[in-house]
Amino acid sequence: MESYLVDITLILDSTVRLAVPLILACMAGLYSERAGIVDIGLEGKLLAGAFAAAAMSAVTGSAWLGLLAGIAAAMMFSGIHGLASITLKGNQTISGVALNFLAAGLTTFLGQSWFKRGGYTPQLSGDQRFNPITLPFANELREVPILGQIYYELISGHNIITYFAFIVVPVTAWVLFRTRFGLRLRAVGENPKAIDTAGISVTRLRFQALVITAVLVGIGGAYLSIAQSAGFNNNMSAGRGYIALAALIFAKWRPGPALLVCLMFGFLDAVQFRIQGQSFPIIGEVPVQAIQALPYVLTVILLAGFIGRAVAPKAAGIPYTKER
Amino acid sequence: MTPLPRWADVVLLPLLNVVLAFLVGGLIVLAVGQNPLQAVGIMLYGAFGYGSGFGYTLYYTTDFIFAGLAVSLAYHAGLFNIGPEGQAYVAGLGVILIGLALNGMHWALVFPLMIVAGALFGGAWAFVPGYLQAKRGSHIVITTILFNFIATAMMGFLISRVLKPEGVNSDESAPLEAITRVPQLRTFIELFKNSPVNLTFFLAIAALFFVYWLIWRTKFGYAVRALGHNPVAANYAGISNQKLIMIVMAMSGMLAAMVAVNNVGGVQGRLILNFVNGAGFVGIAVAFMGKGHPVGVGLSALLFGILYQGGQELAFQMPGITREMIVTIQALVILFTGAMGDMLRAPLSRLLTRPDATTGAK
Repeated sequence: MESYLVDITLILDSTVRLAVPLILACMAGLYSERAGIVDIGLEGKLLAGAFAAAAMSAVTGSAWLGLLAGIAAAMMFSGIHGLASITLKGNQTISGVALNFLAAGLTTFLGQSWFKRGGYTPQLSGDQRFNPITLPFANELREVPILGQIYYELISGHNIITYFAFIVVPVTAWVLFRTRFGLRLRAVGENPKAIDTAGISVTRLRFQALVITAVLVGIGGAYLSIAQSAGFNNNMSAGRGYIALAALIFAKWRPGPALLVCLMFGFLDAVQFRIQGQSFPIIGEVPVQAIQALPYVLTVILLAGFIGRAVAPKAAGIPYTKER
Repeated sequence: MTPLPRWADVVLLPLLNVVLAFLVGGLIVLAVGQNPLQAVGIMLYGAFGYGSGFGYTLYYTTDFIFAGLAVSLAYHAGLFNIGPEGQAYVAGLGVILIGLALNGMHWALVFPLMIVAGALFGGAWAFVPGYLQAKRGSHIVITTILFNFIATAMMGFLISRVLKPEGVNSDESAPLEAITRVPQLRTFIELFKNSPVNLTFFLAIAALFFVYWLIWRTKFGYAVRALGHNPVAANYAGISNQKLIMIVMAMSGMLAAMVAVNNVGGVQGRLILNFVNGAGFVGIAVAFMGKGHPVGVGLSALLFGILYQGGQELAFQMPGITREMIVTIQALVILFTGAMGDMLRAPLSRLLTRPDATTGAK
């Protein structure tokens, strides 16, 4: 019994760790898609953020400067996306796809040119990373059965970005549904014409949304390379941006459900390692690949309208043109 | 804004966009302290300078023509198929299954069957997102992305658990015998030395003509273009949009599938993990750069063939530049010809129409 509890706590602990980049990327995408900008480029921004953070942290020795660099890189990508899809009224999907390739190419290319380690950045340690924080009394309570253990393993001992990610979700919900900015953001994604008629700049609102997106996804990228891992390696985002996008759709563009879906996808990721080679009653051995494919398969089923209907913000993907 | 003259719209604008993409790429190379002109020289030598280099260029071109045509065909119907990567991967299963079933038979018999089997598998893998878009309203972009990931997982399982023969360490299927494989051109032409370009290259050229004929010379192609331009009008004109979406997606997947015939049937002679290796994604850049026209697709596929083979050479000669620079160029090409394709339209229009204004002509 005792060992089961430890096992479950450990799986949930790694669920949290694996869900953090998904949560940040998902919330990032939420702002941009709610404002009517489709963001296939989350994956690229995540990757660019991870690389910039690790590179800056390796050079300056400060994780905080690394974090800023991660945000700056994501901001640059968001800027290009905005230029293409808002200013030039280009195709948002194509721009996003281009940015994903740009990130994949540039991070490896610059990484090799700067550090000459085959695309890896130097190993980071100490202040170059965000290290686990032990919450008050965690060590003292560790011996308390169940609750103390959960507090020690699951709640305490994460890095600052993890706690930040869990704060972002309620804040996003509040901003989106309780503030004037949030109302306008949702309106510009549904009916930009109404916003324009009210005398509010569609362009400005959409760029503001992209800035928030960049900050969040940049932090998510930094988490990958300087909090969860100790350095950048090639293509380390490994499709998480797409998973976050899937989670966003799954949650029907709502913050609370998005958190739950990200945790679920994180959980699937966490059990993947545990069930490898294990046999279960009735179903037998579950191939790792089945678990890997599960988030994607579930999203396909959802999109097909078999479990509820995911309706995107109405104006998503359509550039806004003022009538002349 | 006055519309551009046709030649400027069709040739000049796309050309300027490509030049812009390469210019930015050159600046990035310059920024890391390397000489972009020297890099171009080495790449051109790598791509054309010797027989096997040239053969590799054509081998890459073969892949990119198929993937580019796959994206183009769907795009004519207004569908953005990001899934040729996964469609080609799954098609590999069809190719290897028929190859292994007829292992030891002459390639002249097996080659056409490989094309059919690959097309069936790749077509089916693209048909499902087409069906989901047409009948269930899921967005094709998202579903094709998801299907790429599902393909990776599924094929990984099949290759490592099902197709892998006993006693083999690496994750791959049993090999095809030499006589069953699609013959490489070096067996007929000395020049190609040890490059993998094979008969599939001619299939790619044929596909270019076929798609041109299909899109611009048939009633079906007219319906496809009508759907792409204005689905509402197409529907009003009596075209069944739903049916057409599914057919076009399946055909797009079939074109992507030929990447598998080239690689599984003609190069590796077995099914290996991730054999598509990004060729499906290059197809996106090729399609946008070529503006979806087979002539443009052929030329852009050749350009990317040069970049990929030349990039290989570059990695040997200039260690400061990795092959990933090519992915960067690919991204810039998609960005400038696809997403920002109209950036230069307004300035170009002003520039071209000014002389007319002085002569008083419109």
